Amino acid sequence: MDIVQELLRGSRRALARAITAVENDYEEAGSILQDIYPFTGRAHVIGITGPPGAGKSTLTDKLAKEYRGQGKTVGIVAVDPTSPFFGGAILGDRIRMNELTMDPGVFLRSMGTRGSLGGLARKTVEVVKLMDAFGKDIIFIETVGVGQSEVDVIKAADTTVVVLVPGLGDDIQAIKAGILEIGDIFVINKADRDGVERLNTELEMMLDLNPEKTLWRPVVKRTVASRGEGLVELLEALENHRTFLVTSGEQQRRRSARTKNELLVLLNEHISKKVLEKITVGGELDSFVERLENHQQTPYAIVNTILAEMLR
Amino acid sequence: MEKRIRVLVAKPGLDGHDRGAKVVARALRDAGFEVIYTGLRQTPEQIAEAALEEDVNVVALSLLSGAHNTLFPKVVELLKEREMQHVLIVGGGVIPDSDIPGLKQAGVAEIFTPGTPTAAIVEFIKVHVTQ
Ligand SMILES: Nc1nc2c(ncn2[C@@H]2O[C@H](COP(=O)(O)OP(=O)(O)O)[C@@H](O)[C@H]2O)c(=O)[nH]1
Ligand SMILES: [Mg+2]
Repeated sequence: MDIVQELLRGSRRALARAITAVENDYEEAGSILQDIYPFTGRAHVIGITGPPGAGKSTLTDKLAKEYRGQGKTVGIVAVDPTSPFFGGAILGDRIRMNELTMDPGVFLRSMGTRGSLGGLARKTVEVVKLMDAFGKDIIFIETVGVGQSEVDVIKAADTTVVVLVPGLGDDIQAIKAGILEIGDIFVINKADRDGVERLNTELEMMLDLNPEKTLWRPVVKRTVASRGEGLVELLEALENHRTFLVTSGEQQRRRSARTKNELLVLLNEHISKKVLEKITVGGELDSFVERLENHQQTPYAIVNTILAEMLR
Repeated sequence: MEKRIRVLVAKPGLDGHDRGAKVVARALRDAGFEVIYTGLRQTPEQIAEAALEEDVNVVALSLLSGAHNTLFPKVVELLKEREMQHVLIVGGGVIPDSDIPGLKQAGVAEIFTPGTPTAAIVEFIKVHVTQ
């Protein structure tokens, strides 16, 4: 049987293999993504971002269990950094989520960034689609958390949760620019530590000053993930945000912006590939470079020539 | 995109530290592999399920407690049940020479005893991972 049919019928092995195919850009990747497309768009996709050690994995583990308790199925994509020197990676998020492994209603996949810089792996968005088509109700994306500007998560998630911890010194200053803008829900985890009140106050102040997000005022919640405290309130906030997305039309707006963006990226990729193929087979690329080096032509003129030729 | 060899490094059994497994994990990463590290005290069932979800090419088992003769073959069997018989299974730890033939018979591809340079493990995986 075809791998997509197996996946749609609930084969976990087929899902795992489809993810590998997509992640490695195997030849069948395009047709897999094409075939699952009609079955996507149902899941609530929740991004979990924040600095390393903030408790993202622990929190994801606990939230996943809560959703399972409600009878919902869960997918998790956990991203860790690929070493820029060796190309390898140690993907360690499973350590905090081992108890989920034996639950057939949870599918957890670890991914290395493989050179991608925005906090996700190159193919995280596509892997989320595979899990969505597989039928997962809730899909978590745990971002890298190495303090890069992890803004890509909003391209993949419906609801973005930013996890922070008290006592990092100059709390708010330590928070990377850009992170206030992406959070729909802020979680102060490790609320068993000192400095919670201060961080909470500072966060609320910053959020009041933030001109963005006029429709949804981000909320701040406190948790002690390792002890499972504050989960009920956090789940409530997640549910509120989801309701807001649907009733305000924001879900529709975000998804169509995302769809447009994905289409443009895909178009871009394919056009570049086609052009490159065309100008490399006959050695034209080399002669263009030569003409540039000899100052016979400008890059702009060359691009115009290539495009005119392609679009003829 | 170039494909990466994915290795699950797991510690079945009850012994309490994972220094050796971590050293191996780092060596494998430095060789360009993606290492899924699952931590201590994994049951064979957890190892097989994690291997399935992560679609790994290799399962590397590390064990000090002496239960290798039951735990390693159990992992082999559970992977087969999941149609993952192509996965290369290697083991490491304090394992008497006399146990090695039996483990290989059971489907463990290679056993690395203490003192094996990590480079030898990397090389073995590179040579034996098919696809
Ligand atoms: N004191 C305290 N420790 C926590 C809490 N949540 C997580 N931790 C611990 O913080 C460490 C890092 O957690 P992890 O989930 O791996 O963080 P991640 O890097 O953001 O995924 C682990 O040792 C957790 O047990 C909490 O609420 N309070
Ligand atoms: Mg983590």
